[in-house]
Amino acid sequence: MKGLKIIVLAKQVPDTRNVGKDAMKADGTVNRAALPAIFNPEDLNALEQALRIKDTYPGSTVTILTMGPGRAAEVVREGLYRGADNGYLLTDRAFAGSDTLATSYAISCAIKKLDYDIIIAGRQAIDGDTAQVGPQVAEKLGLPQITYAESIEKVVKNRIIIKRRLERGVETVSSPIPCVITVNASAPECRPRNAKYLMKFKHAKTVTELQSETEDYLKIHQMRPYLRIAEMSVADVQADVNWLGLSGSPTKVKSIQNVVFAAKDAKQLTSDQKDMDWLMGELMANHTLGA
Amino acid sequence: MNNIFVFCELDEGKVADVSLELLTKGRSLANELKCELETVIIGSKLSGIEAQIAPYGTDTIYIADDKRLEHYLTLPFTTIIVDLFKKEQPQIALFGASSIGRDLAPRVSSALKSGLTADCTSLVIGAHEDKKEGKNYENLLYQIRPAFGGNIIATIINPDCRPQMATVREGVMKKEFFNKNHKSKVVTIDVSKIVSDADFVVEIIERHMEARKVDIKKSQVIVSGGYGVGSKENFDKLFDLAEVLGGEVGASRAAVDAGFVDHARQVGQTGVTVRPKLYIACGISGQVQHTAGMEESAMIISINTDASAPINKIADYAIVGDVGEVIPRLIAAYKKHSK
Repeated sequence: MKGLKIIVLAKQVPDTRNVGKDAMKADGTVNRAALPAIFNPEDLNALEQALRIKDTYPGSTVTILTMGPGRAAEVVREGLYRGADNGYLLTDRAFAGSDTLATSYAISCAIKKLDYDIIIAGRQAIDGDTAQVGPQVAEKLGLPQITYAESIEKVVKNRIIIKRRLERGVETVSSPIPCVITVNASAPECRPRNAKYLMKFKHAKTVTELQSETEDYLKIHQMRPYLRIAEMSVADVQADVNWLGLSGSPTKVKSIQNVVFAAKDAKQLTSDQKDMDWLMGELMANHTLGA
Repeated sequence: MNNIFVFCELDEGKVADVSLELLTKGRSLANELKCELETVIIGSKLSGIEAQIAPYGTDTIYIADDKRLEHYLTLPFTTIIVDLFKKEQPQIALFGASSIGRDLAPRVSSALKSGLTADCTSLVIGAHEDKKEGKNYENLLYQIRPAFGGNIIATIINPDCRPQMATVREGVMKKEFFNKNHKSKVVTIDVSKIVSDADFVVEIIERHMEARKVDIKKSQVIVSGGYGVGSKENFDKLFDLAEVLGGEVGASRAAVDAGFVDHARQVGQTGVTVRPKLYIACGISGQVQHTAGMEESAMIISINTDASAPINKIADYAIVGDVGEVIPRLIAAYKKHSK
């Protein structure tokens, strides 16, 4: 079988899972600066599935596509360190404020500019938990979607066999390619960075990042075309700005309420047996427990 | 036209609880908006299915019955819903935030170029003033959900696009009969006229659905553990306490992600919402994602080594101590009192 061209959709997200004490300000609001930017966890599961296809079918390539501000190039580099072949950063001020529909429109425009057999993404990103962009990209490209994938079993004769992990069980489906696959956290973890790739790609940079480099650096960089992370703008992907950003987003955020824990007086108890006996007595007396 | 639609999904031949909960919510929204509530259900061998749906007060039930639609498939389901919504122009469309609803709703929203809000925890009708555009909107659907890892609560609106679409997780809304004798109008969808062979390119090769083993929502006592419980072995102590108290074991997302317990037990924004008589939170710090799923418990007891843990702000009793030490003492105390 010929090699497959795989695009992995990855997003840089604030690490909302580790909202510790320092991540909350005294007024109970989020201290965003205290949250590190990371490769969205389920997108790493997606990358691993792509790399496994590449391992199984020699000649396959894995391309990372991410959308975000300039610093999101870090996601492409992280992908390269783990075995991806190249990557694109879809970046433009016109994308700012995009909801899932506008985001999926932008991503679908970018994908149309690329060559692909399979598109793989994480099921959802931890900053929004919507799980909408994968299916919306699939619809915009007119491709079938296989969500909740746990493993890609094999590719045979232009069909791909995928095991899905659903709320209540598992389902194995066969889909024609090209298709869009979204991968669950229950799929195998992504392999770690490879030391060889880390050395090879640590200087991989976008044009914007290269602007602050010296001339000598640029010369060396030019001799190594694999170090170029391509940037794509609205113009590059020929997207209609009316469908992007705030104006292209049907959903609007009407209001945001920072979650401030409403103080209530909990009766504090020690872990002594005496306190436990008293507590159980209370629960029985007020019928929380027992009849 | 311009009614509220609820997509009814099937759970092994029965209408799923999440859909009935949405019908209950949809009925009250429809009353407020003075419009009708309509339902669409897609599957195979659906004769008589309306009897399960009508008591929840829907005015019309659209039924798409075809042997090829026995199991959920993204493409034909999308085609049928998009076709129906284009004809009926609903103002609001609600889907369960299940593995079916979360696959189907975004595809439909993309095809209709309409906005969708995932995992809403509250749906309210309200007005909106767009000062920049100088426009006023009445009777919009406020789609309220936690965001940013649950650290903020966002109210989302779709001012200009219809339908206003939202998904809601099972257990978030209450399921209540509208009228046991309510009759709904039934409309049969001619499936073969709408779907094409191209909608069936994805095939299901194998399917293993497990009976729902754990359903902690029905339990009046929930002993729930967080990352602070520390290990799978320590979780056994929670099971011991739950058994003694006749309850079930729940968990926070962190505990599920750490592999301490099964996802079916997860309480919170991305798990189930519970309202037991007693909720014992063990080693749970109390992030909003979690508390959103349990704060309506009648009584909350927290066990935490950290007296300033956020969970203590909503707890009735805060036991400051180690879960491993406290639980055996609680069991001993219960046994003493119940003698």
